[in-house]
Amino acid sequence: MDLFEYQARDIFAKHDVPVLAGEVIDTPEAAREVTERLGGRAVVKAQVKTGGRGKAGGVKLASDPDDAVAKAGAILGMDIKGHTVHKVMLAQTADIAEEYYVSFLLDRTNRTFLAMASVEGGVEIEEVAATNPEALAKIAVDPIDGVTEAKAREIVEAAKFPAEIADQVVTTLQRLWDVFIKEDALLVEVNPLVKTGDGKIIALDGKVSLDANAEFRQADHAALEDKAAANPLEAAAKAKGLNYVKLEGGNVGIIGNGAGLVMSTLDVVAYAGEAHNGAKPANFLDIGGGASAEVMANGLEIILGDPDVTSVFVNVFGGITACDAVANGIVQALDLLSSKGEEVTKPLVVRLDGNNAELGRKILTDANHPLVEQVDTMDGAADRAAELAAAK
Amino acid sequence: MAIFLTKESKVIVQGMTGSEGQKHTRRMLAAGTNIVGGVNPRKAGTTVDFDGTEIPVFGGVKEAIEATGADVTVIFVPEKFTKDAVIEAIDAEIPLAVVITEGIPVHDTAAFWAHAGKKGNKTRIIGPNCPGLITPGQSNAGIIPADITKPGKIGLVSKSGTLTYQMMYELRDIGFSSAVGIGGDPIIGTTHIDALAAFEADPDTELIVMIGEIGGDAEERAADFIKANVTKPVVGYVAGFTAPEGKTMGHAGAIVSGSSGTAQAKKEALEAAGVKVGKTPSETALLARELLAAG
Repeated sequence: MDLFEYQARDIFAKHDVPVLAGEVIDTPEAAREVTERLGGRAVVKAQVKTGGRGKAGGVKLASDPDDAVAKAGAILGMDIKGHTVHKVMLAQTADIAEEYYVSFLLDRTNRTFLAMASVEGGVEIEEVAATNPEALAKIAVDPIDGVTEAKAREIVEAAKFPAEIADQVVTTLQRLWDVFIKEDALLVEVNPLVKTGDGKIIALDGKVSLDANAEFRQADHAALEDKAAANPLEAAAKAKGLNYVKLEGGNVGIIGNGAGLVMSTLDVVAYAGEAHNGAKPANFLDIGGGASAEVMANGLEIILGDPDVTSVFVNVFGGITACDAVANGIVQALDLLSSKGEEVTKPLVVRLDGNNAELGRKILTDANHPLVEQVDTMDGAADRAAELAAAK
Repeated sequence: MAIFLTKESKVIVQGMTGSEGQKHTRRMLAAGTNIVGGVNPRKAGTTVDFDGTEIPVFGGVKEAIEATGADVTVIFVPEKFTKDAVIEAIDAEIPLAVVITEGIPVHDTAAFWAHAGKKGNKTRIIGPNCPGLITPGQSNAGIIPADITKPGKIGLVSKSGTLTYQMMYELRDIGFSSAVGIGGDPIIGTTHIDALAAFEADPDTELIVMIGEIGGDAEERAADFIKANVTKPVVGYVAGFTAPEGKTMGHAGAIVSGSSGTAQAKKEALEAAGVKVGKTPSETALLARELLAAG
């Protein structure tokens, strides 16, 4: 889960990383009072989970409270790379002398953690890495040993931070490492880390990404989720414990078991769609291993509730999952929806293979639902589902 | 032969007394796996009955090894306790630890992987969040259904569980030497490269199928390895061509960020290494058949 800048700022503050005062608001009018509190001037910053907001006009200096209201009004509602600005953060202004970059992240390739640091901050770090790679220090961090003072000093020296601020950066790095470890973060990035005119180190802008797998021991992380931005279908699926991702521009609803098979199903449907008026997958939905009839029914209800969907492809290879449970789930879901008075009009193409496949196929054959069609192979079923979607 | 797991393997199950552990221990036994014990400190000294086979429960991995000579552990313990379970297995120096549990925080996996390194990598780790591995007709360590296919000459390594099953099903008439599900988490123990190297060295394996998915650069590195080290024919499949950027597709590691980790880049890297890459699982199976027929 990626956090907004203001959330990253709050987490930094919690772990004693030096940050500037700041408050988040969602109406222009609220900017006046906050700016007064911040001393009469403020930087108005769009809160969006994408880079390049400065270039897009999403960061403005407000010289007084009235100006802050005007600037907040201009930025709220702005579209930045497809992200609508719903919130702005008003932050204290800073007298910036120099801009640096530091981050901790997961190094998948080397199966460890990595520290990156540069004295050329404030710009996209990918740009520094591409144009001036020797200016970006990369230091491996052992997951068990962590960032000791000696390790922090190694990072500071490798990135050639100026001597007069070295101690401050060492301390800040250790505190950022606390954020990384204690919050189960996958990324902690500060860009820019600034030196002010009076020689203080401050984390001016931060990016933090948290590990969803750690929620069992990070009770307060659930509150950081951006519920407003979540697609309503994704929110409904999450509430039912389903692993669902809505895909824009698609019309074939997809349900399968296992992440890899579902990803593969999306691809196969997209290929099949090339011959059927550009039919495309409308979602990713993995009902997981050993799914019960109830899980199947929940999944189908979500998919059928998507107005973009004009046909559904259920693709199951029963490993642990039993195909008879899947078939029962389909039958139950259709019964449930019709008992609620919701008329199901979308055709379902079902392909069952593996564990108890014959039993599952027989259940569907016996139920003889007019909208359910069985196809033997994954490719054949994808083609049929795309064809049906395109016919609508 | 086979890779990593044979009929000689003596298998223990950490978390055998839990519901998932019991269910799959029963399945593994039915598949002919030589299961010699379970581990649960709170139930040490008891036994669990699996349809007439009494399996003893030990207090720890070390005790289980001392009593039974176990050389493989399959780990089903819940995600909160998995890190400690894997570290216990590493400290006991068991040669192979298969971590089935899903939903493990990356910091925990990073920690047990680093621990394994500090202990000299005496334990091969497969997973986490994987279906385990099977050597058909000999042994099954994990949750791969044993009845899909039979012993044969194809070696399979895959990031995905159900695609493993699908591919075994597509090629069930030919059969497999071993099939290894390595998992789709951001950090995993055994990689595509480790399995490719083992299949290259395995006289029973004539052709290798490798299944990848979006995220990371494991497939690209596997392609470099194949180019330099693998003489046997390799057929590849990559899932996730239609996955949008920034959305995690089920597996924690399956995410395209910017231009890195795309299916297209992986396919191109594999093809540049001489690997035939199928567009779909069925086309991949067909490519494998053609290469085997051509000898």
